[in-house]
Amino acid sequence: MSQIFDRRRMTLAAVLGALLASTMAGYAADDTIKVGVLHSLSGTMAISETTLKDTVLYLIDEQNKKGGVLGKKLEAVVVDPASNWPLFAEKARELISQDKVSVVFGCWTSVSRKSVLPVFKELNSILFYPVQYEGEESERNVFYTGAAPNQQAIPAVDYLMKEEGVQRWVLAGTDYVYPRTTNKILEAYLKAKGVSADDIMINYTPFGHSDWQSIVADIKKFGSAGKKTAVVSTINGDANVPFYKELGNQGIKAEDIPVVAFSVGEEELAGIDTKPLVGHLAAWNYFESIDSEANAAFIDGWHKFIKNDKRTTNDPMEATYIGFNAWVKAVEAAGTTNTDTVIDTLVGTTVPNLSGGYATIMPNHHITKPVLIGEIQDNGQFDIVSRTAPVVGDEWSDYLEGSKDLIADWRKPLSCGNFNVVTGKCGGGS
Amino acid sequence: MSFFRLFTIFFALIAGFQPALASRVADTDLSSRIAALGVGGFDDLEKAIANLAASGDDRVPAILDRLGNGELTVRKADGLVFFADKVGTDFRLTDPVTGVDAGLAPKATVEKVKVNNRIRRAIASAVGALTLMSPDPAVRRTAAEAVMKSADVTALPVLERAIAAETVADVRAAMVAARATALLASDAPEADKVTAIAAIADIGSRDALGFLSGYTSTDGAVGDAARKAVAAIESRLMLWDIGQNLWYGLSLGSVLLLAAIGLAITFGVMGVINMAHGEMVMLGAYATFTVQETIRTSWPQLFDYSLLIALPVAFLTAALAGILIERLVIRWLYGRPLETLLATWGVSLILQQAVRSLYGANNREVGNPSWMSGSFALGEIQITWTRLWIILFALAVFLALIALLKRTRLGLEMRAVTQNRQMAAAVGIRTPLVDALIFGLGSGVAGLAGVALSQIDNVSPNLGRGYIIDSFMVVVFGGVGNLWGTLVGALTLGVANKMLEPYAGAVLGKIILLLAIILFIQKRPRGLFALKGRAVEA
Repeated sequence: MSQIFDRRRMTLAAVLGALLASTMAGYAADDTIKVGVLHSLSGTMAISETTLKDTVLYLIDEQNKKGGVLGKKLEAVVVDPASNWPLFAEKARELISQDKVSVVFGCWTSVSRKSVLPVFKELNSILFYPVQYEGEESERNVFYTGAAPNQQAIPAVDYLMKEEGVQRWVLAGTDYVYPRTTNKILEAYLKAKGVSADDIMINYTPFGHSDWQSIVADIKKFGSAGKKTAVVSTINGDANVPFYKELGNQGIKAEDIPVVAFSVGEEELAGIDTKPLVGHLAAWNYFESIDSEANAAFIDGWHKFIKNDKRTTNDPMEATYIGFNAWVKAVEAAGTTNTDTVIDTLVGTTVPNLSGGYATIMPNHHITKPVLIGEIQDNGQFDIVSRTAPVVGDEWSDYLEGSKDLIADWRKPLSCGNFNVVTGKCGGGS
Repeated sequence: MSFFRLFTIFFALIAGFQPALASRVADTDLSSRIAALGVGGFDDLEKAIANLAASGDDRVPAILDRLGNGELTVRKADGLVFFADKVGTDFRLTDPVTGVDAGLAPKATVEKVKVNNRIRRAIASAVGALTLMSPDPAVRRTAAEAVMKSADVTALPVLERAIAAETVADVRAAMVAARATALLASDAPEADKVTAIAAIADIGSRDALGFLSGYTSTDGAVGDAARKAVAAIESRLMLWDIGQNLWYGLSLGSVLLLAAIGLAITFGVMGVINMAHGEMVMLGAYATFTVQETIRTSWPQLFDYSLLIALPVAFLTAALAGILIERLVIRWLYGRPLETLLATWGVSLILQQAVRSLYGANNREVGNPSWMSGSFALGEIQITWTRLWIILFALAVFLALIALLKRTRLGLEMRAVTQNRQMAAAVGIRTPLVDALIFGLGSGVAGLAGVALSQIDNVSPNLGRGYIIDSFMVVVFGGVGNLWGTLVGALTLGVANKMLEPYAGAVLGKIILLLAIILFIQKRPRGLFALKGRAVEA
């Protein structure tokens, strides 16, 4: 009796399953192209990532007004990985295999990117990653539209050496992979430039560190050795506000010890009174204050879309903008959303950026970007004091032992993310 | 006739107070020097500033000040430099020499003369050298300090004149120090330089140390003197360093005390593990933000009192939220610590996301009132006003709580309920009401902590997360159920943390501290100040 019942239930389940599958297929064959958005909308990273979700929605909205892509409308599929790294992988799987999205824009932290990598490889889909990161990676399924260390950290250090005559360096960061790798690269770079080990101070603090009194005092002490001193900050997220507040309170002025930050943008400054911070620096590839027609139009459209003309724009938004437009251009050139074809077409695709130039996707799946150095103003914006010609993102740093011999080139016939030029083999450190 | 007399008196006055008025160059000369500010990059700008300052004209400091503020622009059409005042989206241009209005210019037709840190330093040094003779002693003092920082050799002659004319003692001392640094940088004879080093060493400050360290690798008598002076200053500063770490420790301890003291009541006295305690702090901080925002838009003149007004609001908001949580969730779970922990953890997530939906995920800016900004120096210790006020506030809250528990009827009932619930109920105390009130009080105090923390930390939905572990640590370490234990525990942990940090670093320091507490709890499971008596055993 019970066996019969079980069998009946199984049949029912099978029928239901088939029905479900057919409706799914029905969706996939719909007249839209689906775009996945994989940014945390809750949890600790929501502060940064929510804006990027809105940015993708804004770009899709604009594209649909122009008639969509390949004659089809774009449709956003938004999921919330809730700042939970394993959940990123689950949600990525859901987007690709259930919702059948053609491309995914998402991730912020490196951990979340590393967590979704196997999923994108296994299910062969495309991820656009819009945030500056530590490099040392190049994957066939990922396009890195944020800055690699050579597109942000090294030009910033060069600027401080030349313009400010800095000889002594404090490398201060939050204790995780991006600051640690960036500082390792910077330390090697500074030493190569003849800075002695005594003139480099490296300091790590936990996530969300809020009591900066001793560290700021240490920086002050380190800075009173008769040589011009600067702080290179890879301090992440929320810890920045108390850090800058303490700097202001202890009277460290930018003229005395300038701080150049790689993770502080317009959005982070919105939470503080910037009057005591005027002159401190940030290195990015985009600032809201850029004076270009493309930027003015972007900001204008953004304010209208978000219905709030006080919302700022920032560097990862520009990276999302570049990635999105490159994908649209490549899909239209390829005439299909087929993953393999689009990946091949994307290499070499050139689209305008927001600073009045162009960004090209290189064979290593990184892009060309100008490096801008901005000084904080009293209105929470940045005044651009230096601008380089476009720099190609260097995925494997030339200053690190073990990665300086590696290159990535995803064009056929090489198609390799870690080709060792010394041994002539793909797939290996030295 | 009387008009003429007035006129002569006026001129006599100016001549008496502003001997610098005599130093003026022709308008056309000044104009051409100003026009050079608008040409080329930062290198050219720095030269143009030096050239402008070399004119010695008394109109230059004001012009340079405005340059430093980013208020000079170049008119793209003819490359001339003007003062620019923003009018809507346009700029009103004024000739910097004659003061003649040059009309409104749309944003696209002008370009700001950009300044960076290097230029700001050049401006400060140039303005310093030019204002050493200013009639205002405060201006002279700033000028002397600016010249000291830049160690500008070319300022030596004017420094000599200024020192000779100076009558105010401490301004004169600043000028002498400035002269010493400039002398060291110049090619003066060695003996003069050694005297200069002695003069700088007498100041003994960190700036002096920084300046002298630059000369320790020089050969000869100058190097010897510099090395000796540096060693002397360093040994003197070492003692100050200990004092400074102690101060930082007290300050961190007061923050811990504020965050933990509410928990000491709910956890320590009631025995409820409240994981949503941090969110009460967060609610207090957001209440402060809301109050300040209302004041900013409606009564800006009250801004300096915004924190005082926020105190009762934050207390009531958090207390109300606490009472609601107690009535709706916790009271069903008394005596089941594990379920309480999970339920309050859930409540904390709900509160975080609720605030995130309501106020947005971004940090909110809570301003410092003027009486809480900046710092003052006590010897070589920089004491920031925020930290000082927070220490005082934490102690005030602590004393008020002690008074409430020991001196009022409510406090008596609270103690009665926590010591023996049945007996308290038997003598007619409404224990459920007291439970709710205790929880409300603990939460309200956490709200007060939120007001203080909004001054030094982010006002974001995650604010509470950072304090919950530390708070539990303080309460357990200090001894559950004892407010004095919380005070001693918070201050001990704060000082220990700050004493370790310079040697072990922030990450390792915290780990060492946690290990130490684990070991301590093994030895004394009830913390520093254990409660004694039958109540504990029950």
